[in-house]
Amino acid sequence: MKAFTQINGLACPLDRANVDTDAIIPKQFLKSIKRSGFGPYLFDEMRYTNYGEPGMDCTNRPKNPDFVLNQPRYQGAQVLLARDNFGCGSSREHAPWAIEDFGFRVMIAPSFADIFFSNSYKNGVLPIVASSEIVDRLFKECEATEGYKLNVDLEAQTVTTPSGFSFKFDITEHRKHCMLNGLDEIGLTLVHADEIKAFEAKHKATQPWLFNA
Amino acid sequence: MAQTLYDKLWDSHVVRQEEDGTCLLYIDRHLMHEVTSPQAFEGLRLANRKAWRSTSIVAVPDHNTPTNHWDRDIEDPVSKLQVDTLDANIKEFGSLIYFPFKHKNQGIIHVIAPENGATLPGMTVVCGDSHTATHGAFGALAHGIGTSEVEHVLATQTLIQKKSKAMLVKVEGQLGLGVTAKDVALAIIGKIGTAGGTGYCIEFAGSAIKGLSMEGRMTVCNLAIEAGARAGIIAADETTVAYLEGRLYAPKGADWDNAVAYWKTLHSDADATFDAVVEMKAEEIEPQVTWGTSPEQVLAVGGRVPNPANEADPVKRAGIERALQYMGLQADMPITDIQIDKVFIGSCTNSRIEDLRAAAVVAKGKKVAGNITLAIVVPGSGIVKRQAEEEGLDKIFTEAGFEWREPGCSMCLAMNADRLSAGERCASTSNRNFEGRQGPGGRTHLVSPAMAAAAAIAGHFVDIRQA
Ligand code: SF4
Repeated sequence: MKAFTQINGLACPLDRANVDTDAIIPKQFLKSIKRSGFGPYLFDEMRYTNYGEPGMDCTNRPKNPDFVLNQPRYQGAQVLLARDNFGCGSSREHAPWAIEDFGFRVMIAPSFADIFFSNSYKNGVLPIVASSEIVDRLFKECEATEGYKLNVDLEAQTVTTPSGFSFKFDITEHRKHCMLNGLDEIGLTLVHADEIKAFEAKHKATQPWLFNA
Repeated sequence: MAQTLYDKLWDSHVVRQEEDGTCLLYIDRHLMHEVTSPQAFEGLRLANRKAWRSTSIVAVPDHNTPTNHWDRDIEDPVSKLQVDTLDANIKEFGSLIYFPFKHKNQGIIHVIAPENGATLPGMTVVCGDSHTATHGAFGALAHGIGTSEVEHVLATQTLIQKKSKAMLVKVEGQLGLGVTAKDVALAIIGKIGTAGGTGYCIEFAGSAIKGLSMEGRMTVCNLAIEAGARAGIIAADETTVAYLEGRLYAPKGADWDNAVAYWKTLHSDADATFDAVVEMKAEEIEPQVTWGTSPEQVLAVGGRVPNPANEADPVKRAGIERALQYMGLQADMPITDIQIDKVFIGSCTNSRIEDLRAAAVVAKGKKVAGNITLAIVVPGSGIVKRQAEEEGLDKIFTEAGFEWREPGCSMCLAMNADRLSAGERCASTSNRNFEGRQGPGGRTHLVSPAMAAAAAIAGHFVDIRQA
């Protein structure tokens, strides 16, 4: 997992509430054997006007020109502005995989669905909950200002707009530690690798038959 | 302090414990199939990690493999890709046992691990598959896990877990003739419900459970998950030891003696306390048939389909109505009046040699009824298949009009070509009767192998005790 300390990233406004995981990455992509490469299919049904299938080359697919991600001014966006209950629906981990693979590092919304929220941290995407007023303000400023970038500082837990307006966000110490150091759950467990090895040695001494090969 | 079997298995695998009770549990055996493993391996690769102990891995493709026309290979490209990917991943990361598609010992992962002695008492066993509970029949702590956990176990040989509560399900007495482990398990689910075991590890005990063969015990533990439990366990005893002796990966020599001595300590202490206890009398259990779309919607074969009008609770009433509509059944009709179209004998619940023998006894010298469009017998593994053929069971089945297939999951979940069409009704020895489980619109009735065979012969459900 990529470590996250600070970014100054282009923001992109996705102005609709209750975007579910099937909208983030439609179910036909679950058949895939991959966990990377979902970026081109992120928001597939909103982004393209034809039906997407796993493995499809998206470069020449007909795009929906009205969809924000297709607008030239938002190319290279790293911060997704979203509305209430973002990421609801099935618990598929493909949703944060697709968001991460597309290049987003931060999502800001008034609320997120539970499982999606915790899956996002695990995959190196920082979900930030802000009040509806603040999110509204960011949406307005972003739409009005081409090249609108947000500075997100995880250490200080702040988001700062180009005009200098700044707000703080919450994150648990544990999640902050993991994101700052790029530790996924496996990385965290491997911090205890010596303990696992010691256990394994003892286990092998008492039940050697478990280690027959 | 007195301990339950669950306590003993748990405590002997805790690597470390956090203040909130979350534990890092050491995993002895990692079972794998082609559906839930590819992203886990890819995750390892992306993070530049290695498998911690690849000799803990036992792997086999089973969900997507066809059960006939093996000469044509795997025709569905999505299925083929999953199977090929498992081949490649095992080649790259290694394993203790790998039986690729068409290997003579290939089969369902939950059948092949025990029959090769790769599931042992006292082990922790995981697999990215909910029916991993099967292995609890050996006095092992066996959990089904998700894909990200598969990756975690691959990379660290541990699982992050919080301990469940302990439930004791005690079945005392002697099972009647024609009443099998499957009926016991379905009757338990009927009694406690599909959420009855939620948050628990269930230990099955009592003289009726002790009287079961290993095959029967695996059937019971396999269905623990359908009762909502994370795991099901049965203490190891002489039956377990006798089953394991001489199997390929079972301990040998001095190891064997030490292992057996240790396994004898793996039982709940006499004065151990459980968080919940359920008691049942074996004599009261009759052959079971599910009528609805959840395993808890089950009845004795002599019963009648429920009438929603008799249900006071509006939520439950609506549930019954919905199930009857999907299943195309009339309220109050006798179970034995239900006509069926297809019969499936197989799955990790009931595809072992004993299951096939029980079905063959019923089919011997008879013919499958005219209204049955397909009756298939799918052995759980190559080893089961060869054993059955040595005993002549394949002949009995084919002469009666059943198809004798190659091993795999098959029509249990219809990921390969074996499936029901919309509206078709199946007597199935598998474990899930959810809507669409055996094909979109398909209707599943869960029964024991003998009951499935008897239904195939009669064309409708019959009480095996009168067949
Ligand atoms: S037989 Fe059915 S339940 Fe068992 S592992 Fe295969 S698909 Fe899953």
